[in-house]
Amino acid sequence: MSLLATRGLTRFFGGLRAVGDVDFDLPAGQIRAIIGPNGAGKTTFVSLVCGRIAPSEGRILFEDRDITSLPPYRRVAMGIAYTFQITSIFGNLTVYENVALAVQNALQRDHDAFFRIDAREMDRRCEEALDRVGLPDRADTKAATLPYGHQRLLEVAMGLALSPKLLILDEPTQGLSDHEIEGFCTLIRAIAEQATILLIEHNMDVVMELAERITVFNNGTILSEGSPAEIRADVQVQKAYLGG
Amino acid sequence: MDFGPYLFLAFLEGTVTAAVLALTAVGLSLVFGVMRIVNVAHGEFFMLGAVFAWWCTSLISGYPALGFLAALIVAPLLVGAIAMVSERLILKRLNYNPEGTIVATIALLYIIQQLALIGYGPDARPVEAPITFRIVFPWFGYAGYKLVVVAAAAALLLATWFVLTRTRLGLLMRATQYDRETALAFAIPVDRVYAIVFAVGAMLAAVAAVLIVPIQQAHYLMGNDPLLLSFIVVIIGGLGSIKGTVVAAIVIGMSDGIISVFMTPTLAKIIATLLVAMVLVWRPQGLFGQTAR
Amino acid sequence: MSVRATAARRNLHRIIVSHGGVIALLFAAQFVIGAYYHLSLTRVMVLATFAVGYNILFGYTGLLSLGHALFFGAGLYGAGIAATQFGVGASGAFVVGIAAGLLLAFALGLIILRTAGVAFMIVTMMFAQAGYLLVLYFGTYTRGDEGFVLKGALREAHLFGFSLNLADPVTRYNLALFLLAACVVGCIALVRSPVGRVLVAIRENEERSRMLGYNTFRYKLFALTLSGTICATAGAAYALLFAYVGATFASIEYSILPLLWVLLGGIGTVLGPVVGTLLMFYLVDVASSYTSAYMLVVGIVLLILIVWAPGGLLGTLRERKIGWLP
Repeated sequence: MSLLATRGLTRFFGGLRAVGDVDFDLPAGQIRAIIGPNGAGKTTFVSLVCGRIAPSEGRILFEDRDITSLPPYRRVAMGIAYTFQITSIFGNLTVYENVALAVQNALQRDHDAFFRIDAREMDRRCEEALDRVGLPDRADTKAATLPYGHQRLLEVAMGLALSPKLLILDEPTQGLSDHEIEGFCTLIRAIAEQATILLIEHNMDVVMELAERITVFNNGTILSEGSPAEIRADVQVQKAYLGG
Repeated sequence: MDFGPYLFLAFLEGTVTAAVLALTAVGLSLVFGVMRIVNVAHGEFFMLGAVFAWWCTSLISGYPALGFLAALIVAPLLVGAIAMVSERLILKRLNYNPEGTIVATIALLYIIQQLALIGYGPDARPVEAPITFRIVFPWFGYAGYKLVVVAAAAALLLATWFVLTRTRLGLLMRATQYDRETALAFAIPVDRVYAIVFAVGAMLAAVAAVLIVPIQQAHYLMGNDPLLLSFIVVIIGGLGSIKGTVVAAIVIGMSDGIISVFMTPTLAKIIATLLVAMVLVWRPQGLFGQTAR
Repeated sequence: MSVRATAARRNLHRIIVSHGGVIALLFAAQFVIGAYYHLSLTRVMVLATFAVGYNILFGYTGLLSLGHALFFGAGLYGAGIAATQFGVGASGAFVVGIAAGLLLAFALGLIILRTAGVAFMIVTMMFAQAGYLLVLYFGTYTRGDEGFVLKGALREAHLFGFSLNLADPVTRYNLALFLLAACVVGCIALVRSPVGRVLVAIRENEERSRMLGYNTFRYKLFALTLSGTICATAGAAYALLFAYVGATFASIEYSILPLLWVLLGGIGTVLGPVVGTLLMFYLVDVASSYTSAYMLVVGIVLLILIVWAPGGLLGTLRERKIGWLP
């Protein structure tokens, strides 16, 4: 059974077709990478999936339920979490508060709590999320003062803290050092034990190391899909990347 | 008076209102279009134009036409200078942050208005019209000066249009309006363009006030209505579109006279403000504007 | 107990002590000051309640409204008209005033929260202007600019068998203080609650909050409704305590003033609006004894704040020294 599926998914910006007629299937438990040249429609595609923007045509199914017209908060409640390509944390709040906002949403989903929340459970989950990404001692730092690599990790921590079924990561390793990238790959593998991962990534080393399957986007459509080895051997993909 | 002549009179009055409104609103629209800021103090620049006009004509007393001509040049220049100084000192410092500039121009509104109260006083004072001839229609006589106002406003609007479309300055303005970052990259002095645009916007309001002051009298609170009306015009005409602004000014200016036949000014204002609010909520690009890029 | 819990407990103590201290100070003040300041401080406390309400939307949710005179006016006229035209008595009129603000804020929120930023500012301003003009238009009932006064039996409030003389300065002072204290305590509770956390998140980055799974529209509607209700409560209290209802209180000036008070005292702080209202009220008071152009002071202070000190007094203090201030 597919966790996520799209059928004929299309999005126009003015006259430009950013995503066109995409049929996409992602089985539960997989680590899937989406690659493609700049402007291929990757970010638009995942933005459609998480509900940041509305599709022009087509359907999106999550656990076989049609979520095409659901607002983002309903999708998060169903288990879709999205981390932004351009780091989008709450810069003026502490690292703890950033994660707490995600945890609070997860807690509210479990127990319908609008005004009160279990502080101990909150602390526990926040610490856990920060532990997993390796930022436990930065909880009281103002998020904007974190170094860039740590801000990316905080993004991931916020995604994690939502306890998602599907975690969408949009270019998570952009701007990270080689050392940080190594740690990040370990982290993703650990997360993948509980959640399905959809990853947009430019760094082919990361893609080849992490992804179980790869989907290649070009000009808003799926150019090709296959295992890392298959994609590596694909002539069309090489053409798209090398400007054919 | 019969309904026909009455309607004709309403038409004439409406034309005068529309002409002055178009000038004022184009100033506001220009500033919004190029600088992406809402200038709440725009009505005060209008008021300053009228007050300076009174000041000019009272200095050169005995020669109404001469005094008025002097006012037509001096008042807009003074207002333009004040606008440019406030732009440099305040708006630039705020980095043209849209919300900050609104609050700052509200502050400017109070400062200019209250300084006028201190310097000029609370009275409404008349300015003599430069010409006094009356046009005699079969049903009523009509002040020839009012038609001069219409002609002058039309000429000024044409001049503005010419500057915007046919000159280098206009090209720079349009380039800045289209995309500030790119304009900067092409070494357009965006900073100077902003200062000029803000000054020109204020000057258009000031010159409109000079034209209307022989009909309306100068008063320190006279900026409120032009501000509201310009707002309505700019929002309905499509934010930042000069053409839309002029069309909307004509429609609203003309209907102002006719509407006043059917309802009290207060009710008309209520409907107008609600209309503007509704347009902003449901059609932010304005009634006649195109969808944003 | 964890380090975090200890710190949270310590902060809570500090908050209770500092905010309770300010309220105690205001309570003590009535025994020291003369009749003039007694009355004006009563006024300041009601207006400060208005500012506290405004701050919930502006300071904590990040929505800059230029039309909160509408809600203050709704409370003022709701209470005033209910009292004079429908004979519901002072307590009943108070409830009507609050309800008027609540309903208006909720209904209007459904419309105006479709906009954001500059459009939100203009739309709120336009609706408030329409409200002000409506007051003038229905001059038969509102008596327009001139306004009307509440007299006789309306100066007496009956509550749970108690009877309060609203014309009595001491009663008035302590009622105003009670109202302000209740709003300050409520505001602290809100800011420290999960809802408050989300409101701040919306202020900081609405798109991110949406993608964290929050229905931001609903939260903003809640903030606007609460803010409008508190402002209407202040308006209703103003009408009943000072026995006067006039169109000035619905004019644009009373939309700008709470903005100014909050900016001066410290945006997004619980006590900031109180401090700001106090300072500004007496600044205008002093200025108006010298010149009729006292609104000049408003313009100048507003300009200085927005250009040089957007954090306001307590905001700057929190930035530099006392990070625990709510």
